[in-house]
Amino acid sequence: SLLFSDEGPADTAVLTRDQGLSYYRCMQTIRRMELKADQLYKQKIIRGFCHLYDGQEACAAGIEAGIERTDHVITAYRAHAFTYTRGVSVREILAELTGRQGGVAKGKGGSMHMYAPHFYGGNGIVGAQVPLGAGIALACQYQGNGQICVALYGDGAANQGQLFETYNMAALWKLPCVFVCENNRYGMGTSVERAAASTDYYKRGDFIPGLRVDGMDVLCVREATKFAADHCRSGKGPILMELQTYRYHGHSMSDPGVSYRTREEVQEVRSKNDPISLLKERMLSNNMASAEELKEIDGEIRKEVDDAAQFATSDPEPPLDDLCKYIYHNSPPVQVRGTNPWAKLQSVSSS
Amino acid sequence: MSFLRGSFIDALVVLQMMVRDALNQAMDEELERDERVFLLGEEVAQYDGAYKVSRGLWKKYGDQRIIDTPISEMGFTGIAVGAAFAGLRPICEFMTFNFSMQAIDQVINSAAKTCYMSAGFQAVPIVFRGPNGSSAGVAAQHSQCFAAWYAHCPGLKVVSPWNSEDAKGLLKAAIRDDNPVVFMENELMYGVPFEMSEEALSKDFVLPIGKAKIERPGNHVTLVSHSRCVGHCLDAAAVLAKEGIECEVINLRSIRPMDTDAIEASVMKTNHLVTVEGGWPQFGVGAEICAKIMEGPAFNYLDAPVTRVTGVDIPMPYAKILEDNSVPQIKDIIFSIKKTLNV
Repeated sequence: SLLFSDEGPADTAVLTRDQGLSYYRCMQTIRRMELKADQLYKQKIIRGFCHLYDGQEACAAGIEAGIERTDHVITAYRAHAFTYTRGVSVREILAELTGRQGGVAKGKGGSMHMYAPHFYGGNGIVGAQVPLGAGIALACQYQGNGQICVALYGDGAANQGQLFETYNMAALWKLPCVFVCENNRYGMGTSVERAAASTDYYKRGDFIPGLRVDGMDVLCVREATKFAADHCRSGKGPILMELQTYRYHGHSMSDPGVSYRTREEVQEVRSKNDPISLLKERMLSNNMASAEELKEIDGEIRKEVDDAAQFATSDPEPPLDDLCKYIYHNSPPVQVRGTNPWAKLQSVSSS
Repeated sequence: MSFLRGSFIDALVVLQMMVRDALNQAMDEELERDERVFLLGEEVAQYDGAYKVSRGLWKKYGDQRIIDTPISEMGFTGIAVGAAFAGLRPICEFMTFNFSMQAIDQVINSAAKTCYMSAGFQAVPIVFRGPNGSSAGVAAQHSQCFAAWYAHCPGLKVVSPWNSEDAKGLLKAAIRDDNPVVFMENELMYGVPFEMSEEALSKDFVLPIGKAKIERPGNHVTLVSHSRCVGHCLDAAAVLAKEGIECEVINLRSIRPMDTDAIEASVMKTNHLVTVEGGWPQFGVGAEICAKIMEGPAFNYLDAPVTRVTGVDIPMPYAKILEDNSVPQIKDIIFSIKKTLNV
């Protein structure tokens, strides 16, 4: 559904075989990577916060398919999938989760703080990433490079005040920002009905045009994203997209996810609305691929993820010398106080 | 930009410049030098700045580079930080630092910590600037000093200029720095004129962040201060000089990183230390200096414990007589020095 828009995304889309295989591979890799993280967490090899994305794969895959590599993406803490779609290997992601020197942030960031070119994390403070995303869009506009920024947030963050401040400025200044609400129906343990006076998240941008999209269908997400990106690129200003999706896991690894929703509900989505199954069925029924072919891809992915996990568990932890590194960028070394007055540590900057 | 002719010394003309004009000149020069630099904040453009610090900049550089924001600190600060992520060099103005509290999450969690969390991948070249500390008659919610709050956090640089030379050199340094710099001005200093050397007037005049300046050498006691209180220290020193007490006045210029070496070298010479600040005593700049001195070589040279002169530990009252007695006065500084020297 649409709001304030005379046109919308196309009603039909074209899926080529190559695209289908690519989206399948992408989503399946994310799925297997997240399930591996679950396993490693239960083995206590991953610690702290770990917010998994399984169930929501079509969102990350569809968005990446709808934008250019040179566009920009920023999201909140459920970020592993976007880290992958933006170009970081499963290896480097898992090794960051296990806190090793081979992790994408050299073990300094962890689950919520992974970065890549044109990908700005991974942000731990709910809602803070949205103004940041509008700022990235401002930079695109300022530099006249025709790029846009996709700024994601959840149904929980949708109630943060700073979002409304951001909508106002983005609309006022016509920033090329696509605001994306990944509505997975629960903000931690609080269902949308209990948190929001209006659960029409696509309308919450008020004067910003909004679309509501089936977030379990990678093609819907892709087409909506393309439409939204074009809208921004043409100088019309920001646009808001609500992706209706679902997470199979609880909010994080410390949440079983069944105290505020029924197992039946989770099972229902899994059996009727799984994003990977939906794509698979579509491809099989249209003779775009054979079951064997997809199974082979599954096997390749399993190996890739297993190898990555092997690396993530065997790579050494960062050296203690790294402790004070890279507090600053392009700056003379500073002395850093350790835990006691005799511990005088050195910080070198990144460059 | 306005400057007043000072005195003639031989054939030399001494130029004076107010702090606000020095800040203006710094921003003007940096905006001209690097097209990635831009200024955003409330009233910075068409109003010429709430305190006229950005006067003339919008007229010269236009809408894209001097941006008036709505009253949305958390939002526009986040936008500024995001712009810094993506290749620009924003100057984010807070009308006063009191309002920065609404945005402090973006300053600390989005700006300060990001270079470290990303293992050096994502730099954040941003300046947060605005008036800090007490003003005159603006009461409790508009008078707080945030030096200790921001200087507490790794990942930030925190700068507190006193005079026009400081203002210009340090603001240029802050803008050129690839890291988040909190630049704390003082509203009562904006209209104060100071001599500006030939060097300070040049377009490439940059002062190093992290280095203090000895404004007045002396042998009997070290006074360490920042911002407006530096002037009070110099006034106290002038009075005490008549009584034969020679104070060494150190202008910190940077709160983080702090020039501990300069303080220690001075204390090892004078054997006495008095810190002077406008902010509250608990967990403040003076408290940090005391801890640093105790942990370093200068401790053994102290002939008396360090004395802190601070703002009174209360929210700032309104009535003039109360306000005047809420901040360090010259007589408080003199009194404290004499107590420290036991004279």
